[in-house]
Amino acid sequence: MKRFGALLLFPLAGLLSGCDLVVLAPAGDVAAQQRDLLVVSTLLMLVIIVPVMALTVFFAWRYRQSNASATYAPDWDHSTKLELVIWAAPLLIIICLGALTWLGTHLLDPYRRIDRIEPGQPVTEAHKPLRVEVVALDWKWLFIYPDYGIASVNELAAPVNQPIDFRITSSAVMNSFYIPALAGQIYAMPAMETKLHAVINRPGTYSGFSANYSGAGFSGMRFVFHGLSDQAFEQWVAQARTASAALSRDNYLELEKPSENEPVRHYASVDPDLYGAILNLCVERGKMCMNEMMSIDAKGGLGLAGVHNTLPLQYDKLARRGAVFGNDPSYVASICTAEEAAAAARAASDATPANWPARNLSPLRGAGLLRPGTESRRAEADTPSLGLLRREL
Amino acid sequence: MPDTLTKFIFGRLTLDSLPLHEPIVVATFVAVALGGIALLGAITYFKLWGYLWREWFTSVDHKKIGIMYMVLGLVMLLRGFSDAIMMRLQQAIAFNGSEGYLNSHHYDQIFTAHGVIMIFFVAMPFVTGLMNFVVPLQIGARDVSFPFLNNFSFWMTVGGAILVMASLFVGEFARTGWLAYPPLSGIGYSPDVGVDYYIWALQVAGVGTTLSGINLICTIIKMRAPGMTMMRMPVFTWTSLCTNVLIVASFPVLTAVLSLLALDRYVGTNFFTNDFGGNPMMYVNLIWIWGHPEVYILILPLFGVFSEVTSTFSGKRLFGYTSMVYATVVITILSYLVWLHHFFTMGSGASVNSFFGITTMIISIPTGAKIFNWLFTMYRGRIRFELPMMWTMAFMLTFVVGGMTGVLLAVPPADFVLHNSLFLIAHFHNVIIGGVLFGLFAGIAYWWPKAFGFKLDPFWGKVSFWCWVVGFWFAFMPLYILGLMGVTRRMRVFDDPSLQIWFVIAAFGAVLIAFGIAAFLIQIFVSIRKREALTDPTGDPWDGRTLEWSTSSPPPAYNFAFTPVVRDNDAWWDMKKAGYTRPLSGFKPIHMPSNTGTGVILAAFSVALGFGLIWYMWWLAALSFVCLIATAIGHTFNYHRDFHIPAAEVTQTEEARTTLLVAQG
Repeated sequence: MKRFGALLLFPLAGLLSGCDLVVLAPAGDVAAQQRDLLVVSTLLMLVIIVPVMALTVFFAWRYRQSNASATYAPDWDHSTKLELVIWAAPLLIIICLGALTWLGTHLLDPYRRIDRIEPGQPVTEAHKPLRVEVVALDWKWLFIYPDYGIASVNELAAPVNQPIDFRITSSAVMNSFYIPALAGQIYAMPAMETKLHAVINRPGTYSGFSANYSGAGFSGMRFVFHGLSDQAFEQWVAQARTASAALSRDNYLELEKPSENEPVRHYASVDPDLYGAILNLCVERGKMCMNEMMSIDAKGGLGLAGVHNTLPLQYDKLARRGAVFGNDPSYVASICTAEEAAAAARAASDATPANWPARNLSPLRGAGLLRPGTESRRAEADTPSLGLLRREL
Repeated sequence: MPDTLTKFIFGRLTLDSLPLHEPIVVATFVAVALGGIALLGAITYFKLWGYLWREWFTSVDHKKIGIMYMVLGLVMLLRGFSDAIMMRLQQAIAFNGSEGYLNSHHYDQIFTAHGVIMIFFVAMPFVTGLMNFVVPLQIGARDVSFPFLNNFSFWMTVGGAILVMASLFVGEFARTGWLAYPPLSGIGYSPDVGVDYYIWALQVAGVGTTLSGINLICTIIKMRAPGMTMMRMPVFTWTSLCTNVLIVASFPVLTAVLSLLALDRYVGTNFFTNDFGGNPMMYVNLIWIWGHPEVYILILPLFGVFSEVTSTFSGKRLFGYTSMVYATVVITILSYLVWLHHFFTMGSGASVNSFFGITTMIISIPTGAKIFNWLFTMYRGRIRFELPMMWTMAFMLTFVVGGMTGVLLAVPPADFVLHNSLFLIAHFHNVIIGGVLFGLFAGIAYWWPKAFGFKLDPFWGKVSFWCWVVGFWFAFMPLYILGLMGVTRRMRVFDDPSLQIWFVIAAFGAVLIAFGIAAFLIQIFVSIRKREALTDPTGDPWDGRTLEWSTSSPPPAYNFAFTPVVRDNDAWWDMKKAGYTRPLSGFKPIHMPSNTGTGVILAAFSVALGFGLIWYMWWLAALSFVCLIATAIGHTFNYHRDFHIPAAEVTQTEEARTTLLVAQG
């Protein structure tokens, strides 16, 4: 029935029956609610658009020059009543639409956990959300399943009628994560995380893609999304676990390099800290994570010493060239190893301080940092930390 | 060290920078070169250089500058449309494993160039040209406030256009989309010259646009004829005023954000990078703080055109003048409060998204009121369906659909499923073609006789009209449908064969529009050939209502021999009804600004500066910058800025017109 309402929009309804208007007939409850809002808004606006178009044609015909029988009032240019109507009519429509928008935007906020699986079927304790970490790479999609310790490239699978929590980021440039059959899109941005909550209601194979231009391989940046029964999903997971490859940091750095039209690929295991490292731009060893950098800055920063805490960049996603008048490309060196940082981050999210690992906080050993008590950089030249980091690269 | 020397002289420009490996570009270059040589040869053969330089290039006459803006817009329309039809062809054939005929390196430049050219170098020059030509005439002024600045602004716009055109044959253009979002447009991911062409072309043209905005605001505020209070200004002048306020308030934001991007690219700052605390979202916000007002900059003057046309061709006062003015002002203010609706999907919270969604919807209230005002202007009128009125009718029936889909996109949850889709593409072409383009054609058909003294040929005008209108519906309705099928924009190849039929229909529509453009060019050509038959000696061919119709067509250099006195908002209509007679004697010498070539020279140095910066030819950049400043300072010592048209010459001109009018009866 809803589909029928949507088709009213177009006189071409008959012609259109052959094509797949996925936005108007999605398979996920979130997208279906978005579709409903789209249809209701359109109908609401047609209340005013149709009379305006009809009046335009009617007035044009009625008051054409050759129709001498029509009234001609060359100086009539004002009517308070009419003015009231022409401002009030759109105003009323917009008040209704504005109310709908306010409600709809809050209820369908992609950051909000969904509260129903389908109309009439609320989410209960029994529905454990499937967590998926999504990374937009140049030009393919990486999906990490932290609950299962597996990952896949350009293929996403989820059990039907189970809430899915997406955490989304990007490795290099802006993309937009969009599966029209499932739910609306949200941008995937480097060093930032966006969220999407959705559910798929009908089993099937759907297409997903990047909806924001991201460079040469953009057209091929597509993936398949399988809505599977619980059993089929377990099989899919089991099959992924049989894959030979593991997604370590090193493998990720290989995968991350630009490539187009990548085939589907599975990883039987995933480095548990990888997603956090991608999000914080510190998959490469020796690079300071953004969250570390921010917490250092929040505590007042490293002062001028921090300026020296950089290392020349050896590699970036494209053959990176620095700005012509700028410094050579560089990055901020980590003051602890990536593993230490990740462990600390994990610990920090643990509420009980007793579980935090004991850390030796002095002396602070950054690559270019002055050690407490030393007077100049020269004195630092033969300290082991710099050499150690360089070798790690 | 010849290698170092070459590098010093040419920067990063090498023979490899010329796109000799792209046969399409080479063929285009050959065609453009042959055409250009033919054109330059013809100008030389007919000894027109002196004439063009003295009468046009160096002219400070707002009418001639307005016409030159229109010529620039038309030339760039041909380029921008070539890009469009190449995209349509690529998308119509790239199915079933076919790669189409464009590789991604070329295709991605084309869609970027199409957007940039159509907005900055087609729509903007057309709109600015129209305002330049019409506004001083409508307010009874002899020129704009700063005539030299006007000439300089025009040539800076040309300078930007030259840089964009140069990128086609020397190097490449940006492959980023028309707003060049970082980090993609940053040095890390776009190390080539494309984004630098983009930045410097827009910076050079932006100087022109901003200065021309200041100029027209001053003109409208300070140079109105006596008696023309703000609430007696013609609606086109009102909409021009609001547009120029928008320009002056928003273009500096564009200049600033592009400067920051340039700093990131040239000196290694980190405003919009991923690392070192940069934030690309800041760029997206800033560019849309300019970008949203920009669409109102384009559409508002055309709302003015539709108001003038509807009122004139209905033979009736405009209904609801006051509410029309307030609607325009409200739109002007609101256009600054909606920018975030271009990126609801960037993860702002629900409250922020709904705020910007609702402010966007509120804009439709004054816009709706405007539509009703035009509707009730037609009500009880005597409507003559001449070309300008036909375009207005097409606008009213097309634009409301675009307005509706626009409000739909302002509902954030709906935008989540339609953002960046072909539905969005269909929407903004629906308002830009249906609003801006149709309005420009209405305006051109309406004011052409004022500019040249003869009407445009109606037959070819109607051919062009029907091709455009039908072509538009064929080209963009399939895009609405494709958007609902979940097809996103800027795709080069497709794997779902069921989409192809819709792209073929869209390509057919684009071909119809091509015929529309051809018919428009033929119309101009035919009209010039038949100018004797189409001549209008009265200066008032449409039974006009505003002051520009009170003077001759084309108007004399001084516009009005005596400054008119205004008593009503349809000033000329009021004068005609009150039995106005033209003064035939008592003419005085008229104080006028002198022509100057400084604008051309400054713009030429700006282009050289931009070119030097793009290719890292530091000597060229430094040299042209020094020359630029020196010329600007030198110009302040030019004391030959004005002259008087002798009373005898004014008398002669006015008597010639009297003879014409008497012959007319």
